[in-house]
Amino acid sequence: MNLDDALHTFIIEAGELLEEMEAALLRIEQTPDDADTINAIFRAAHTIKGSAGLFGFDHVVSFTHVAESVLDKVRNGLIPISSELVALFLGVGDHLARLIAGAADKAEPDEDVQQAGDELAARLGVYLDPPSPAGGQIGGQVGGQMTVTAEPQAQLDKEGGNGVDAHGVDSDNWHLSLRFGPDVLRNGMDPMSFIRYLGTFGKIVEIVTLADKVPALSELDPEASYLGFEIAFRTEADKATIEGAFEFVRDDALVRILPPHSLISEYQRLIGELPQEELRLGEILVRCGTLTPNELNAALDRQADHPDGPAPPLGEVLVDQKVVQPRVVEAALDKQKQVKESKSAESGLIRVNADNLDEHINLIGELIIASAGASLIAQQTENPVLLEAVARLSRLVEEVRDSALKLRMVQIGATFKRFQRVVRDVSAELGKDIRLEISGGETDLDKTVVEKIGDPLTHLVRNSMDHGIEAAEVRLARGKPAHGTVRLNAFHDSGSIVIEVVDDGGGLPRERILAKAIERGLIKPEQHLSDQEIYQLIFMAGFSTVEQVSNLSGRGVGMDVVRRNITALRGTVDIDSVEGVGTTMRIRLPLTLAIIDGFLVGVNAASFVVPLDMVVECLELSAQQTADSHGRDHLNLRGEVLPFIRLKQLFDVPEPPTPVEVEADDAQGGGDPLPRYGLSTAILTAEGAAALGSDPELAFLLHPVQRENVVVVQYAGRRAGLVVDALMGEFQTVIRPLGEVFNGLDGISGFTILGTGNVALILDVPGLVRRVVRQPNRHGSSSPATVSS
Amino acid sequence: MQTTDIQPGGTRAQRVVTSGDGHRGAEEPQQYLTFMLGDEMFAIGILSIREIIEYGFVTDVPMTPPFIRGVLNLRGAVVPVVDLAVRFGRQPRENSKRTCIVIVDVEADNGRQQQMGVVVDAVNEVLEIAAGDIEPAPEFGARIRNDFIKGMGKIDGKFVVILNLNRVLSVEEVAVIAGVANSATAVSSI
Repeated sequence: MNLDDALHTFIIEAGELLEEMEAALLRIEQTPDDADTINAIFRAAHTIKGSAGLFGFDHVVSFTHVAESVLDKVRNGLIPISSELVALFLGVGDHLARLIAGAADKAEPDEDVQQAGDELAARLGVYLDPPSPAGGQIGGQVGGQMTVTAEPQAQLDKEGGNGVDAHGVDSDNWHLSLRFGPDVLRNGMDPMSFIRYLGTFGKIVEIVTLADKVPALSELDPEASYLGFEIAFRTEADKATIEGAFEFVRDDALVRILPPHSLISEYQRLIGELPQEELRLGEILVRCGTLTPNELNAALDRQADHPDGPAPPLGEVLVDQKVVQPRVVEAALDKQKQVKESKSAESGLIRVNADNLDEHINLIGELIIASAGASLIAQQTENPVLLEAVARLSRLVEEVRDSALKLRMVQIGATFKRFQRVVRDVSAELGKDIRLEISGGETDLDKTVVEKIGDPLTHLVRNSMDHGIEAAEVRLARGKPAHGTVRLNAFHDSGSIVIEVVDDGGGLPRERILAKAIERGLIKPEQHLSDQEIYQLIFMAGFSTVEQVSNLSGRGVGMDVVRRNITALRGTVDIDSVEGVGTTMRIRLPLTLAIIDGFLVGVNAASFVVPLDMVVECLELSAQQTADSHGRDHLNLRGEVLPFIRLKQLFDVPEPPTPVEVEADDAQGGGDPLPRYGLSTAILTAEGAAALGSDPELAFLLHPVQRENVVVVQYAGRRAGLVVDALMGEFQTVIRPLGEVFNGLDGISGFTILGTGNVALILDVPGLVRRVVRQPNRHGSSSPATVSS
Repeated sequence: MQTTDIQPGGTRAQRVVTSGDGHRGAEEPQQYLTFMLGDEMFAIGILSIREIIEYGFVTDVPMTPPFIRGVLNLRGAVVPVVDLAVRFGRQPRENSKRTCIVIVDVEADNGRQQQMGVVVDAVNEVLEIAAGDIEPAPEFGARIRNDFIKGMGKIDGKFVVILNLNRVLSVEEVAVIAGVANSATAVSSI
């Protein structure tokens, strides 16, 4: 294992632990008595301390140590949970994140960070009483240790042990007996680092290295570890902490920890467990100052008395003899169980480099293009066996695509949860009581989108909190509860994901926005705007109605950035607002950025792709309907006005250079069908075509008339029609971004490559409509095309 | 002078002339590709040229300035294609058998590389022009915008305009900004 890899893992894990810690801290405010949550916080801090020690990040260790001491008191119920405490620990979490980020860059913390750390440590120190010099925080623990050692006395008396045995040994050092297994080095652990780490929370009084196992040089495996250590260790930490130091080698190494003043029988057990080293070990213990020679003798005597009996599990024996506090064992078991649980949960997950995943998805994109090409050729050959094979292949490719895209899908819940903290901090800053409600956290969306939506969402949430939610007095006067509520919600809706930021605040002041926009010259006073259009004004650059610029928002930057970011993700923002009741900001985003199901349409020789999720239905635009509309661009769709866009006119699509030779071909009875009519006629075999040709009522199928079709599309609750020539059916569309040259082109959202190798344009329906609305009379239509809702 | 012919119908510049003595300095002659727009000859440094392809199917992109011919599928990548003649304010010309698309790398001001295709009527040859044979651009009279000209190369006693591609195809200028997409104002004037 490469150390850099290990460090990388440490940093990722520390980040996750800090996130967990933060979530737990936020939870604990609601349920202060939940022992699990307190333990979770403690564990996070503890694990970070432990791993940081392994890497020698002393500043992280020393800082975390103070925090851990306070947490320990909290865990033992000595310090009540208060919101100040939670706030303090949120700060601690942030500071740790900074320290670890610094460690990642292999940089020493600079003065600011150092100072912030000292400040936090000082504030933490307040909780550690009594403030006696030599680290009074552990006073309680030492006391506990004393009582524990007192108890076994009675028990051993019952056993009828001899006099020396009845007392703990004199030394008040812990005794650690370490035997590192041969694989420790191979697993990337350096025994030295453990010993060094011990030094961070105690003093190694004496250490004896056992090198007897080291073989002759010729047999020595340079990658194996042969060493053992006997250590006399003075610390005020508890057993769990010392055990924690060896967490990483628990499987590979033999670690025995004996508390100070342990019974001689314990040392005897220790010696007994390693009989071949018996004598030497005894000597070593004496040398470490753990045992006096007398004590050693007593121990050896006792061992002689009881040669060997059935060995009950160590933990049981330890508790039985009351040498270790039951709490320690419980904690150890607990920990073990957790490790197991997290291991089984992790076994279902693999960390994958995002680049590899992207490459994989790109390849699948190529595969889709290639398979589209193959099926096109298959259709031209009209070989039914081939057609069938290709159809099967296409279906599989489609499934592979779906599963590949799912790999990129993550739940939005994690992003939402981060806002607990944002809301907490911001409401404290604003002095408002605001709660966050989250729903729809299980909604999936593309990882890239999740990463990019965080910032805009933060802006919107802060904006809602700052401008939306009123002060408590105003709220009470309006008959609302004193605390405001911001709700984050997500759900899927026709191929897109909708994220809502809902507040129950004052709503958008329609008139003020209008007045401000006129004052700023963004609109003309005589312009008549719908509510939606007015609300959209707040996304204009340099627009802010707040007189007082607060620390959070009101500078007029932000909302335009929000919209730009969301547009860059091919998304839209809508606002619903009722004055005095609240505002809903609705972000609508495509599920994925890479591949979509498309609907291929033809206009003259050009092909366009409409995202299939937007297509509601297709219908023929008959000559009658065209005449009925009197040149206006809308039609009657079952009693509803459906405005439509003529793509041919809007895009100035050139007429095909040569008239198509459909007539000549079809006259011979089912000749080569043109790819443009591909899906409608290519499925016919020659016999079928001949049969159709002989039936006068069906013969028209062979002569596709040049007719116009309307594709009815729906987006954001509105409907519009697109007039095209040919409907060519579903098409798996690999999206190629517009690139820098075409960015900002309204009405086109990307390119795709067709099976023929040609490039087709992907239509952006909302953009098209915007475009048409902006230039109502460009093509001489007598009424501006508007969109029905 | 060492030259290599490029087949107009070929899919790639088949041979590239290697520098004579292996090290390149400011004084070393550089290699340029010469090509035709109508009956005018231009040159571009070969270092920014990726390949030369036959004029194939270019998809029209609506609502863009006229000098943007459309986009092209270059082995899976979508590449914008610019009609150089229109960019220089000339009349667009019919495609002929010798019409080619030269795929070039353009560096945007933000340092990012962008592939673009330029339509030319014919490519001629790759030749070396010594630094001493390159004159600064004249203040006027070249019939194209001054900042498009990198210099005037002397070939066989005649001057050829060496183009500054990063200016001609400046991503910032070529880019279609929403709202001005329809206006042809972005087309350069002389």
